[in-house]
Amino acid sequence: MLYPVGYGFYLARSPQSYVKLFHDPVFGQAVLNTLLFITVVVNVKFAMALFLSGFFVHERRWIRFLAVLFILPWAVPSIPTILSFRFMLNPEWGIVNSLIFKFTHADGPNWLNDRWIAFSMAGLVHIWKSLPFWTLILVTGRLAIPRDQYEAAAVDGATRWQQFRWITWPSIRNLYLTCTIISMIWTLGDFNSIYLLTGGGPSDLTHVLATLGIRYLRLDQVDMAMATIVVAMPLVLPLVYFMVRRLSKGPDE
Amino acid sequence: MRVRRVIDETKLILIGIPVALWTLLPIYHMFLFSISPKESAFAGKLWPDHPTLSNFSKVFREQHHFLNFFWSQLGSSVIIAFATGALTLIVATGAAFAISRLRVKGGRLVMNLALATYFIPAAFLAVPMYKAMGSYGLLDTRTALILAMVTLASPYAIWVLKQASDKLPIELDEAAIMDGASALQLLRLVYLPLMLPSLVAIGTYAVLLAWNEYLYAFLLMSNEKEITLAVALGHFLSADDSPWELLMATGFIYALPPAAIYYAFKKYMVSGLTAGAVKS
Repeated sequence: MLYPVGYGFYLARSPQSYVKLFHDPVFGQAVLNTLLFITVVVNVKFAMALFLSGFFVHERRWIRFLAVLFILPWAVPSIPTILSFRFMLNPEWGIVNSLIFKFTHADGPNWLNDRWIAFSMAGLVHIWKSLPFWTLILVTGRLAIPRDQYEAAAVDGATRWQQFRWITWPSIRNLYLTCTIISMIWTLGDFNSIYLLTGGGPSDLTHVLATLGIRYLRLDQVDMAMATIVVAMPLVLPLVYFMVRRLSKGPDE
Repeated sequence: MRVRRVIDETKLILIGIPVALWTLLPIYHMFLFSISPKESAFAGKLWPDHPTLSNFSKVFREQHHFLNFFWSQLGSSVIIAFATGALTLIVATGAAFAISRLRVKGGRLVMNLALATYFIPAAFLAVPMYKAMGSYGLLDTRTALILAMVTLASPYAIWVLKQASDKLPIELDEAAIMDGASALQLLRLVYLPLMLPSLVAIGTYAVLLAWNEYLYAFLLMSNEKEITLAVALGHFLSADDSPWELLMATGFIYALPPAAIYYAFKKYMVSGLTAGAVKS
């Protein structure tokens, strides 16, 4: 595992490839997209996960059944489902635009041909795929909170919001933070949601660093590919270091 | 109070319905395509007029030039997934046993390194991995993909197994050693049986990881007979006149085994794999 990392830095030693890289207009856009992905998309995802974990802790038979279905996006491989999204969004015959036409008699947008719409759709696909996992983890965290705390609070007349603010949130805050950071790291490396949905297009405007590296590799520009990855490291490594510090401590410390 | 209850239930249902729709829509859409005849697949209906299984039979009989090697690609996916699972288990069990039970020096450092490499996204390691496989002359072989996947799966596997084995009481080892057990006997007779649930979880994790992998599979292999189904699905994108209904049928077949494995081993997956993440 160390070998590919070290070898990678060795391949990326030429300063010229960085100059070339910074002059590629695609690169700037990819950096911006990457930052948007790990800030906006991850936080939207976690706000949803926090909200939905509150929904899934309710003890109802139908909610338990729904939870089993809800995990499906996580359990099935991403390629077929992302391709399914892609066909749904096809402007001419995709089901989304067909439905829009049926109800409004207007043409729907050209989903994957506008850079911001396409990029938002990639974010949506990413959320669709990874939301179940994080929701489930937060549910586990919420279930670990002793029940009697809520009962005592209810007796004292605390509102739902107060219960959340003073019981739930302090108990799961650490977990929430840890998960958000892990998710940011993984989102940095999310290749599939972008590559399979938009292919980086239209005109290479929706790349993130992970797909940009592979794009250079496909164009046989290995030095540029490696330079892209090295540029991503200042984003990745501090988060990784932080996580290792956090997790390698024992549970009691 | 009763009015309040009704309102609460209504709220829950109002959340539940969009959640169900949002989750199922792309999967249902895939299913819908795969049972629609070619002409009506694009009609934008929510249920086809004449549902059919002919798409599946076309896939199974390889009746399209995109599907010429369907069985061989499926076989490739199976071989790579199970080889990755088996090798990962061997590597990770050995490492975890050595670090946790035999207390090899530098174990903590190895653990931290394992953890760090686990968190570095695989997409960033793909390029150096590609070059490394090239310099070993392994490009375009199944071996390359299997080795790459074992490399990706091991750090996490080692970490989870080490966490699990730290929980086994050390007195067990001491008792076994008092009775004259060697390190290997300790591994085989005491350690492995007790670790079984975690081993199942890790094996499943590695198998699913390898089966689902797209990026490494398409970088490391290109021979059409040996690529995995995942890459074959990606190839459909290259042409404008792709038979989408066949693609969705193939995708459906491809998605079934991991979903089935996931639900079958869910008990192990949830306890074994979330333990580490939830703890802190």
